[in-house]
Amino acid sequence: MSRSIDISLRVNGEDVRATVPSRLNLVDFLREELSLTGSHVGCEHGVCGACTLTVDGDTVRGCLMLAAQADGKDVITIEGLAENGQSAQLQAAFTKHNALQCGFCTPGMLASAIGYVNAGGIADREAIRQHISGNYCRCTGYQSIVNAICDVIEEKSV
Amino acid sequence: MTGPAHIFDKPNRYIGKPEPRADAARLLQGRGSYVDDQKLPRMVHAAFVRSPHAHAKILSIDTEDARAAKGVIAVYSGEDLAAHVTPYVGTLTHLAGLRSMPQHPLAMEVARWQGEPVVMVVATSRALAEDACELVYVDFDELPAAVDSETALDLEAPVIHPELGNNLAWERDMVAGDIDAAFATPGVHVVEREFRFGRHTGVTLESRGTVCDYDPSENQLTVYYSGQAPHMMQVIFSKHLDLPEENIRVISNDVGGSFGIKIHTYGDEIATAAAAKLLKRPVKFIADRFESFVTDIHARDHIVKAKMGVTEAGTIVGIDFDDLTGIGPFSMYPRTSAIECNQVLNLTGAPYVMENYRAKGRVVFQNKTLMCQYRAVGHPIAMAIADGLLEDAARKIGMDPVALREINLMADDSYPRSSATGMKLDDLSHKRALRKLTELMDYDALRDERTEARKNGIYRGIGFVSMVEVTNPSPMFYGIGGAPIASQDGATVRLDAGGALHVSSSITEQGQGTNAILAQIAAGVFGVDLNRVKVTTGDTATTPYGGGTWASRGAGIGGEAMLQAAQALKDQVLEVAGVMLQTGVETLDIQGGAVTDLNGTIRLPLADLARTVYYRGNELPNDLNPELVATRHYRVTDFPFVFTNGAMAAHVEVDIETGFVKVLHFWAVEDCGRVINPLLVDEQIRGGVVQGIGGALYEECHYSPDGQFLNATMADYMVPMASEMPDITIAHIETPTKTSVLGAKGAGEAGTGGAPAAILNAVNDALSPMGASIWQMPMTPERILTALDQAD
Ligand code: FES
Ligand code: FES
Repeated sequence: MSRSIDISLRVNGEDVRATVPSRLNLVDFLREELSLTGSHVGCEHGVCGACTLTVDGDTVRGCLMLAAQADGKDVITIEGLAENGQSAQLQAAFTKHNALQCGFCTPGMLASAIGYVNAGGIADREAIRQHISGNYCRCTGYQSIVNAICDVIEEKSV
Repeated sequence: MTGPAHIFDKPNRYIGKPEPRADAARLLQGRGSYVDDQKLPRMVHAAFVRSPHAHAKILSIDTEDARAAKGVIAVYSGEDLAAHVTPYVGTLTHLAGLRSMPQHPLAMEVARWQGEPVVMVVATSRALAEDACELVYVDFDELPAAVDSETALDLEAPVIHPELGNNLAWERDMVAGDIDAAFATPGVHVVEREFRFGRHTGVTLESRGTVCDYDPSENQLTVYYSGQAPHMMQVIFSKHLDLPEENIRVISNDVGGSFGIKIHTYGDEIATAAAAKLLKRPVKFIADRFESFVTDIHARDHIVKAKMGVTEAGTIVGIDFDDLTGIGPFSMYPRTSAIECNQVLNLTGAPYVMENYRAKGRVVFQNKTLMCQYRAVGHPIAMAIADGLLEDAARKIGMDPVALREINLMADDSYPRSSATGMKLDDLSHKRALRKLTELMDYDALRDERTEARKNGIYRGIGFVSMVEVTNPSPMFYGIGGAPIASQDGATVRLDAGGALHVSSSITEQGQGTNAILAQIAAGVFGVDLNRVKVTTGDTATTPYGGGTWASRGAGIGGEAMLQAAQALKDQVLEVAGVMLQTGVETLDIQGGAVTDLNGTIRLPLADLARTVYYRGNELPNDLNPELVATRHYRVTDFPFVFTNGAMAAHVEVDIETGFVKVLHFWAVEDCGRVINPLLVDEQIRGGVVQGIGGALYEECHYSPDGQFLNATMADYMVPMASEMPDITIAHIETPTKTSVLGAKGAGEAGTGGAPAAILNAVNDALSPMGASIWQMPMTPERILTALDQAD
């Protein structure tokens, strides 16, 4: 039914080689083949942001990218962010502000937040709200998430 | 019953503190365990062929090509599964007259909504199962569909279940006093409006799904369930799959949002369990987003014609309304689809003193997705009717809406009492809540600002709601009607050898912070540090028996059971300590993980006590039988429900050129009794408000006249995004309920129940200078422009 393609990439700092069906998307590859289930699937059509990942430093939708397109790339998932310490401040701020309930949006939310912080985003509530608007959260009122991201930026700027 | 001071004022108490959730770390590091994360040996995957029509006869099904397709393990039709699954009917005896018909997991002979599962394909991967679904040929003969609830009862409407004669599922009338005479009284102004509440749905970010595993050697079914009521599902699987209840284990690990969506019986999930049993191996089904939109329960869908009468002086004389609601082709099993309408009849106007009341509710079948209990069941409708009419009446008699509420709200010292509809009410604080709200928002200044802005062509509006919320339901909610739904919950507290507590409870976690508040209650009441409490919930094999978390009952009912269990264990431990220390129990306490004197001096660390009991029982007198575990159950007895109240306000700006509404700010003052954790409850209320704003402004399931769901994608169905949501200020009044020691009432649905009415009122306030008003939700830009065009 579908062709297979050989790929090799880095995932959370480890080299990965795999043969994948050409139609397999990146988030399914990470979840199914590598058991990195921290990345979530909410819509599979690029709207909800639950699958947000970092690929070569860019924030991308894991459901809109094929695994085959990740050949030669450097992928960081929520597990990797926790492991390499990059998300430590955001984790602390999200915990302090209770910026998560069910946690399903959280991995994508963190990836987007890291993208914002790393790009030098400022602690402006409107700007942060705009930035995370591609990440749906159905549980929180978003306010705590905005607060948490502001906190991280402000502590950083000190 | 109210809580003794020592429980709440101890030095090591946690109740009332904004403790962060211990389980946040797991979720923040990608270590959650949601249903789709389950991977079991030999697991196979299900996909479904669904009806493309709203109403169609199934003439034939050809599965031959699908069976031969790559990776396919099994293909089942409705008839195939009907041999193994008994049908279910969504009726309950306390909803007298409610009618529905037996439902099968997969459609039999006739498909009755677009998306109804018709054929199940099981294959080695979801992708291959979907490929094979393409090879199933179903010959449908399309039938005329009853889509529109307003015409569903017409004589010429297609009848969805010919056996029932027409499409009426249920109706109820409720009358108090003499509304006609009240409205006819000289000097009474009557306002009349037709409200339309669109259909929307929960859109849990994690879609529905299940992994079912069957072990024939023990005739054991294990179900990984993303939902809110594990014990209820245990009974349902048992009853309809012919398995002993005790051989079914339902496990809810992390649940990615539920909001009432994942607490019902879905054919595709039942079919998955049946397939696991037939194939004797694990089967996974995860709904994709399209499947979620067309099969998750929908909510609301009401058309209400309503009137309210007020005197010149501002006294409400009564409310009269007619509610018509469409529920899809069946009443949902086992909770039924009549509860929402029933709530609307029960709750409309409940905050206000009112003598005269007349309401008619009609629940009709239609060829759309099933409608059932979603967060704040019936509340958004009831609150919008009463408070929408109230503010309309205020405009009519030229009175400020807050002043009009002041006249009519039940006095805080007038409880216990009943509402016009006979609801028993106690421990409410409407007037204090409203006053606190107007102070919090600085109403006077905001009003002046609004008047100023209007001079510059900026149309801002302020809208309020005073509301009640049904929480902590007693057996009168479901159990009385024959539903296998526990109204009580249990908690177990165990002291382990290391001096830590292991607690378990039958209430469940879907992100509210259930586990966190259970730990806070246990730690504080018993007397250990919070980080020495481990919590287990969501597993029928390892927790006490109970209802789960829904209807804003977790904290109030499950929390009280935990308090009782922790107190009981404390008494048991002190009895042992008294013997070991050769001292009277009344001179001892437990604080910070040790048995202490009353002044806090450490006498015996708990680990020493526990190790003596567990390892060196020889050191204890033979007639001492230490029990270091305690279980307690709790149910609400004196009231059918424990009502809470709240007052909320919205500040909006309407762009009269585009019809676009921007919510500038939102305030909520909530009285949920004793607050266990303000950090958690505040954000839960905010999340509820945001869902309420979604219903008021954005969310709607659009159907074509022939019953096709037109916007079943995340891109086309709009849920609130961060950029369009306001900051939301939360404040509390704490009037503990006298029905428990803990005194906690529910809070989870308040925002969703109240926000739509406040937003409606704010928008109408903004539109009032143009003489325009809108009574349809969601209040989309298009509808607002139409309202402006029709302004008188
Ligand atoms: S799953 Fe990728 S954006 Fe929703
Ligand atoms: S925490 Fe549940 S979707 Fe964001």
